[in-house]
Amino acid sequence: MMKNREYQQIDPQALATPTPTPPPRPLPEHKPKRARRKWEVFPGKNRFYCNGRIIVARQSGVLPLTLGLILLTSGLFFVFDCPFLVKHLTSCIPAIGGVLFVFVVISLFQTSFTDPGILPRATPEEAADIEKQIDNPTGSSSSYRPPPRTKEVIINQQVVKLKYCFTCKIFRPPRTSHCSLCDNCVERFDHHCPWVGNCVGKRNYRFFYTFVVSLSFLTAFIFGCVTTHLALRSQGGNGLVFALQSSPASALELVVCFFSVWSILGLSGFHTYLVAANLTTNEDIKGSWSGKSGNEDVGNPYSYNSMIKNCCSVLCGPMPPSLIDRRGFVPSDDSVQTSPVEIELPAAKNDINMCTHGTKGLLETASRSPLLTSSCPQAKPQAAPAFLEPLPETTAGRQSTNTPHKHHSHHRSKGKQASHHTHKTSNSSPRPHHSHSSRRKDSKNRDPKFSSLR
Amino acid sequence: MAETHSLQDLRQAAVASKVFVQRDYTSGTICKFQTKFPAELESRIDKQQFEETMQTLNNLYAEAEKLGGRSYLEGCLACLTAYTIFLCMETHYEKVLKKIAKYIQEQNEKIFAPLGLLLTDPIERGLRVVSFPTSKHHAGRSVPWLDCH
Repeated sequence: MMKNREYQQIDPQALATPTPTPPPRPLPEHKPKRARRKWEVFPGKNRFYCNGRIIVARQSGVLPLTLGLILLTSGLFFVFDCPFLVKHLTSCIPAIGGVLFVFVVISLFQTSFTDPGILPRATPEEAADIEKQIDNPTGSSSSYRPPPRTKEVIINQQVVKLKYCFTCKIFRPPRTSHCSLCDNCVERFDHHCPWVGNCVGKRNYRFFYTFVVSLSFLTAFIFGCVTTHLALRSQGGNGLVFALQSSPASALELVVCFFSVWSILGLSGFHTYLVAANLTTNEDIKGSWSGKSGNEDVGNPYSYNSMIKNCCSVLCGPMPPSLIDRRGFVPSDDSVQTSPVEIELPAAKNDINMCTHGTKGLLETASRSPLLTSSCPQAKPQAAPAFLEPLPETTAGRQSTNTPHKHHSHHRSKGKQASHHTHKTSNSSPRPHHSHSSRRKDSKNRDPKFSSLR
Repeated sequence: MAETHSLQDLRQAAVASKVFVQRDYTSGTICKFQTKFPAELESRIDKQQFEETMQTLNNLYAEAEKLGGRSYLEGCLACLTAYTIFLCMETHYEKVLKKIAKYIQEQNEKIFAPLGLLLTDPIERGLRVVSFPTSKHHAGRSVPWLDCH
């Protein structure tokens, strides 16, 4: 009993001793990190504004020039020509001009700032699964790029080849093309337009079409009004020179409109043809469906064979959502691990024996699981725990398949990042749209930029 | 510390591989997934159930992309307002996507979670591929999650 009392006396002390020593702080790695949005780790060459709401291509091209010309010409028109025309003709003129001007500017901004239909790059698991499905008879030791992988699909009784994109690590869906200027695969890729500083694809083609058509109306309208203005001024024996001298702004507008109206009218006519035939500029240039290779009856498998239905589907069809989720948050490693932990813990405890052997598989899966719910592999290497360091040995097979890609891919740093080599990616920029490694490629990109000037 | 590391390894090792189901492009560029039952899932889930789920998903996406009176009306109205209504209004496609998300959640709760699987929304993978993570180590016990792309 004495002993019991002693134990009883000791027990509260034994219980009390832990409390004066505070438990060690939680692991210092779990500092609250600012949750990053997906646009901050976007792998393509794009720039984002307004916290991801606005997306533009990296090179804004001549968008400032386009906007400046439109604002200048329209401004001069409203200030110098409209008062005269309202006095002598009708006040509808500035009203019509105003409506057209608003349409032009809004559709220009929407074309430039909308995601054209960018496809997010494959997650590492996806890429690995696709690699497994492809036969690679040349083996992984070759140093040259393997022949382009293609997959054939029959669409509307026609054979369509789907190409594999080495940068995005996916088989491109039909009508998708990889834009080298933006370094993205874009759905229903039409062309990269330097005038709007963005790609034109599935999601913003209707805005682009509206822009071109309304701009051609606006240019023609201003041209007509200025001509009328000068004609009215030069009446009464005054002569054209007098008219030009009394309204020099009109002369400038005339020059600008004269030189641009032909090309813009031509462009809107060309795109009206494309819309009616349900073609893209890319397909038209390449002659994909014109049967130039001598195939018999090669028609456009996407056309509905009715001009009206084609127009309706291209311009008035449902608006697909953006697939890149710019403003979503990049899932951190902690959040990825906590959710499975809650469910898997009971099973994991029982299987300790099973999991102790097969460390190689363990490391592979350990590397994969933080990446499972992330669509951006580049976010992961920074947050990868230290025990992934030996990983490069296990992914040696994957690395060698990537080396041929280096020659093709424009961004070697990105090629490395995609194979999640943590020690290498620590040096490369986590801000892909400012990556300096790609700057030397810009000079090479200028040529395709001008060739895409249509 | 060694213990916590091994526990983490175990949790992560529970997810060993993923089974991916790709898109079906035979009908063109519309969003449709292959309904062919992948061999790796044979022991995990009933074939009928899988095909039913995929077919329902395909039907929902077809509804989102359908060219009909409603979509034309929406498109024309948008065109007349210089597409500014897209800033204020939710499009038909987005509404159907919400329906799809709800359907997937229901399927997870009723069917997949009891089997130890989880279906994620395809929109998170760019509407490109449906993946079903499977675990080789803990057959039937741990919870790999199905990424449905």
